[in-house]
Amino acid sequence: MQADLRAMAARIRPGMRIALPVDYAGVSMAMTRPLIAHGAGDLDLVCVPTGGLQVDQLIGAGLVRGVETSAVSLGEAGGAPRFNQAVQDGAIRLRDATCPAIHAGLMAAQKGSSFMPMRGLIGTDVLRHRDDWRVIDNPFDTGGDPIVLIPAIHPDVAIFHAPMADRFGNVWIGRRRELAAMAYASAETLVTVERIVEYNLLADEMTAAGTLPALYITAIAPAPRGAWPYGLWGEYGTDTDELIRYARAARTEAGFAEYMAQEVPA
Amino acid sequence: MTPILPRETLIFTIARLLEGVRLVAVGASSPIPAAGSMLRRALDEPSRQVRLSVLGSVEHNFFTNGSAELFDSAGQGRLDAFFLGGGQIDGQANVNLVGVGDYPATSVRWPGSFGSAYLYFTVPRVILFREEHTRRVLVEKVDFISAPGTSPEGVYRPGGPVALLTSKALFRFDKARPGFTLDSVHPGHSAAEIAEATGFAYDAPAAPTQTPQPDAATLSLMRGRVLTELAETYPAFAADWRRDLAALVA
Repeated sequence: MQADLRAMAARIRPGMRIALPVDYAGVSMAMTRPLIAHGAGDLDLVCVPTGGLQVDQLIGAGLVRGVETSAVSLGEAGGAPRFNQAVQDGAIRLRDATCPAIHAGLMAAQKGSSFMPMRGLIGTDVLRHRDDWRVIDNPFDTGGDPIVLIPAIHPDVAIFHAPMADRFGNVWIGRRRELAAMAYASAETLVTVERIVEYNLLADEMTAAGTLPALYITAIAPAPRGAWPYGLWGEYGTDTDELIRYARAARTEAGFAEYMAQEVPA
Repeated sequence: MTPILPRETLIFTIARLLEGVRLVAVGASSPIPAAGSMLRRALDEPSRQVRLSVLGSVEHNFFTNGSAELFDSAGQGRLDAFFLGGGQIDGQANVNLVGVGDYPATSVRWPGSFGSAYLYFTVPRVILFREEHTRRVLVEKVDFISAPGTSPEGVYRPGGPVALLTSKALFRFDKARPGFTLDSVHPGHSAAEIAEATGFAYDAPAAPTQTPQPDAATLSLMRGRVLTELAETYPAFAADWRRDLAALVA
């Protein structure tokens, strides 16, 4: 295991709130095993806006206290087995959300506001089970018009994977703006990248537009194919066979442990 | 008459339901809605532009503002149509994407509500699509409301369901009643079979029509351009479809 990945994982302390991206946006799978080896538990995960393999593995490893998410699944490989088991056992505190509510909570944090109003949700059981959300009457309307308020989501740490960073600490995220939203909202942001380039990403307007400046970044480590078995946009596709292999293995606790004990291909 | 695959009937039906849309979005794990949307785009190409965003596609996704942009476009009123599935769908068009039994420790857990609790409210033409047509899926009352079929007066609700499409039939949704009406039965199925497989009450005409089938030109568009476009995002589904077509000829 790479020393720099271990050092990044060591920044996580028990009880922290961790933001993780949706499977197609750039999941730092390279950080999953270092996080498990480090072992800081009681984590509250925020899936932006849904979770998959990484979330399932952190739950399987017993590091997770709560999950705020709009969904957790392995996509084409089916349901997330350790998540589903934990739900059935009542082993994790669930905060079911809907995708734009997670975005709204991060947006509030990004603006330094305490909440964001959001349409939809009225009459759903999603809302009914969220004691942290509020419904008010639209103050700009003459009467009625209920609207939901989503409190700001302030993760302690955001973790994601991107194609490249430069040696000045800037990270290129292209059009995956949810990665920027996660970083704006979080106190710290840990990033793994396919490669680190020598030139300044901000020096060229073409790359600058898709660059998250170093201001928001706490640490970066290179991790080639670091999203595997997920794909990384513009770089490589998803290894669905491996996701299926995991989905089968992780149906049982023992199968999960056996899978996780295997070496990860470089 | 060329034989037509059941999935081609579904794809064609979706394209029919999308008539007149300007922007349609397709969510995760939805090859048939994606193919139906691609067919609509191809059919309309000579006269008007249909914009299409397929989640997980690079080629058929023009959004540049991350995963929030789809929802923002819906909030702005730009998104005309979207698809929702559901582990359970009831006679009031309430959708459950969360699980069976008492929440939160549900005995069966599905992935979760995704964007349904927002898009069902904001997208004017939501098409409910679920291939499995059984009493397990089409229930009297859902165990968990991810998104409600209708809202009381005074709740902001420009969007909602217009139809429910399954492997057996097409239903239309009437939000005033509220409830479903059997619109047409797919070839190879009967009204009696549908009554048997549906767990909620619905209106049905005395003699329901058969679901329309694509003509030769539409079929060739579907098996040519649409199948090719679809393969980028759904290679496994496209390969399956090709295999079924090869078997038809043989």
